[in-house]
Amino acid sequence: MRVNWKNYNPGNFYDEMISTPGYARQPSRRLASHLKSLTHEELLQKKLAAELAIKTMGISFTVYSDAGNIDREWPFDIIPRIIAEKEWNSTSLGLQQRLRALNCFIHDIYNEQKIFKDKIIPKELILNSSNFRKECMGIKPRFDVWAHICGTDLIKDGSGEFCVLEDNLRVPSGVSYMLENRRVTKRIFPELFEDDYNIRPITEYPDQLFDTLAAISPRPSDYPEVAVLTPGVFNSAYFEHSYLAQRMGAELVEGSDLIVEKDKVFMKTIDGLSQVDVIYRRIDDLFLDPSVFNKNSVLGVSGLFKAWVKGNVALANAPGAGVADDKIIYTYVPQFIKYYLGEDPILPNVPSFLCIDKLQRQYVLQNLDKLVVKPANESGGYGMLIGPQASKKELAEFARRIKADPRNYMAQPLISLSTVPVLCDRTVEPRHVDLRPFVLQADKSYVTAGGLTRVAMVKGSYIVNSSQGGGSKDTWIVGDN
Amino acid sequence: MLSRVAERVYWQARYLERAENMARLLNVFSTLLLDLPPRTKLGWHSLVEITGTDEAFDAKYKQALERNVIRFLLSDNNGYSVLDMLALTRENARTTREIMPMEAFEQINNLYFFAKENLANGVARGPRHELLEKIIASCQQISGLMAGSMSRGAAYSFVRLGRSLERADMTTRIVDVGSGNLLPALSGADVLPEVNEPYENTLWMNILRSQSAYQMYRQNVKHRVNAEDVVKFLLQDEEFPRAVTHALVTLTKVLGKLPNNTKVSKQVEKTLRIVRQGKIDQLLDRGLLPYIDRLQLEIAMIHQEIAKTWFLPNK
Repeated sequence: MRVNWKNYNPGNFYDEMISTPGYARQPSRRLASHLKSLTHEELLQKKLAAELAIKTMGISFTVYSDAGNIDREWPFDIIPRIIAEKEWNSTSLGLQQRLRALNCFIHDIYNEQKIFKDKIIPKELILNSSNFRKECMGIKPRFDVWAHICGTDLIKDGSGEFCVLEDNLRVPSGVSYMLENRRVTKRIFPELFEDDYNIRPITEYPDQLFDTLAAISPRPSDYPEVAVLTPGVFNSAYFEHSYLAQRMGAELVEGSDLIVEKDKVFMKTIDGLSQVDVIYRRIDDLFLDPSVFNKNSVLGVSGLFKAWVKGNVALANAPGAGVADDKIIYTYVPQFIKYYLGEDPILPNVPSFLCIDKLQRQYVLQNLDKLVVKPANESGGYGMLIGPQASKKELAEFARRIKADPRNYMAQPLISLSTVPVLCDRTVEPRHVDLRPFVLQADKSYVTAGGLTRVAMVKGSYIVNSSQGGGSKDTWIVGDN
Repeated sequence: MLSRVAERVYWQARYLERAENMARLLNVFSTLLLDLPPRTKLGWHSLVEITGTDEAFDAKYKQALERNVIRFLLSDNNGYSVLDMLALTRENARTTREIMPMEAFEQINNLYFFAKENLANGVARGPRHELLEKIIASCQQISGLMAGSMSRGAAYSFVRLGRSLERADMTTRIVDVGSGNLLPALSGADVLPEVNEPYENTLWMNILRSQSAYQMYRQNVKHRVNAEDVVKFLLQDEEFPRAVTHALVTLTKVLGKLPNNTKVSKQVEKTLRIVRQGKIDQLLDRGLLPYIDRLQLEIAMIHQEIAKTWFLPNK
């Protein structure tokens, strides 16, 4: 295995590193020639070193299966993905703009509902959303911000431009892997960090996250008590929960560690009860508080919701924020940006068709074999139809589902996701990727330098989710030296 | 500090210490073997008795052969073996990562993977010694890493509580090896006491070595190695870190840093009195066993008080 870029052929796709076989784009050129200069043994050594580092550092995620839950090592490809700083700066502005507009929208629908009155979006569409929480009506969180942490999925289309695939406003995960990927890459490619590239650091994220959480604390204090609420060690993202708690110096708590008394939230500690100001909750709305939502939840804390309503504890993200996570609502976000901010969207959406609209539905049903169909509220790549790769039976099944429940479906043309080189068994081959940057908002906003790049490790596949065999890469935002 | 986290940190330290001590125990037995006359039958079954695992062992194995006992205590999946102790250490470390030094978790993780891949080879005598030494050294390295990188706050206090209590408990068990469990097997009815004597010395010397106590014993006790002095040293020495008295004194010091410690401290004081007042010469004549059993019971009570005070949720 020696890298030969002349044999690397991305075909009709936009490859982020190689424009035509043998020729690398800027700023990936030095990386391409460095990889080419390595011998088979050197490459193999780096690959093994990365695998070992991941095992030693205990970077893992949990896969649920019938045979029980397995703690699996994080899949990682050693070749970093490079994005030019200039391109990233405008993308980053677009991401912050988008989250600002989403927060305006969430605040509006739980308070004045101006947007319904102005007929930008039909009221029923929101009120029927499974993530709309009527219990949140009339609540005004600090800074009017509901979604403090957002993971926005970006893809590059056939022309190499970033566009938004979806907004994750509930409990987006992956940021710890972004940070750990960098740590691994520094171990295996120190030479590139030292001499060749001016790479934007990403290590500040936990501090930024802590500042965001501290800013929404209801008790003014220099040291608010911040806790990360996890469903526990069996959750697939437990590694990340403990990682972020560790890096922020926050307590990692499970529901049973908390208790609500007189509408205040306390942790059970060796000194007795200690009040909690901010909870970065990593469990879903419906499990937060059995006295309000899912009665059978053992993960949550009884009385937590009321403590939040009374303003005695801050929750990030706020309950109800997930309403904007809906894939139908997604299609309206460019309009939200215009409506609430009076600005033009910096980042485009992927063109989408709403099945609830009669004309658009007709188009979708007639072109099912060319489209990707997504349910409104699934995550993790589940419940999707990829038309061009589907069987006749699957197509018929989705047509039936769409007719039965049009509100729950939207469709998009199959975007030719960009590719990047991935180290395979004996060669370097193109694979499709997406990018999940993390955006924070409280008194100010912040975007990670890059994000988590997820790779579809199977040739030709578009499925990048780690729960379904996806891998990951370190992502470099590089400036001019 | 969260009660749940305190509990996990405490158990992580106990399991790590137990893995190390179990490795020490297996090592001393295996070395002893080499020093004894060829036809002596070592009481391998006493090893599972000492560690309190005889019932589980008898349920799985028909005969207390060396390879069965070693496999059982080294690499079987039974909740008692060195491998399982390390797995439990890792699991508790994994669930307290947010407060433990990152490097400590990495080391524990590494040690576990090493053990998982290699420990089964230790059933054969050849590689056994080297493997056990490696396990012991790695455990000590991890303890050292925590000592060198953790602030002396609540988290480290629970590490020390777990470690010291486990140490006190295991040292009483190791004294057990010398005092009764093994000797009857050594002295068949047809063996005269004079013939047995040099082997008794060998036995006590190996017991000291298993605790890395031989040199310290030599420097502090002027007598040659004999039962009474060794037992005194391992139970009552104030300065040797693996001696029961020292471990209990450490507990009292650590307890001073933790809130609401009255009940636990009382129980530790009580146990300390019993250890310090033990008249070893008389006890050896009458048989040490009931005394050791009593000590182990008191140590178990210390654990119960710790759990009641800090680990049980307030409501």
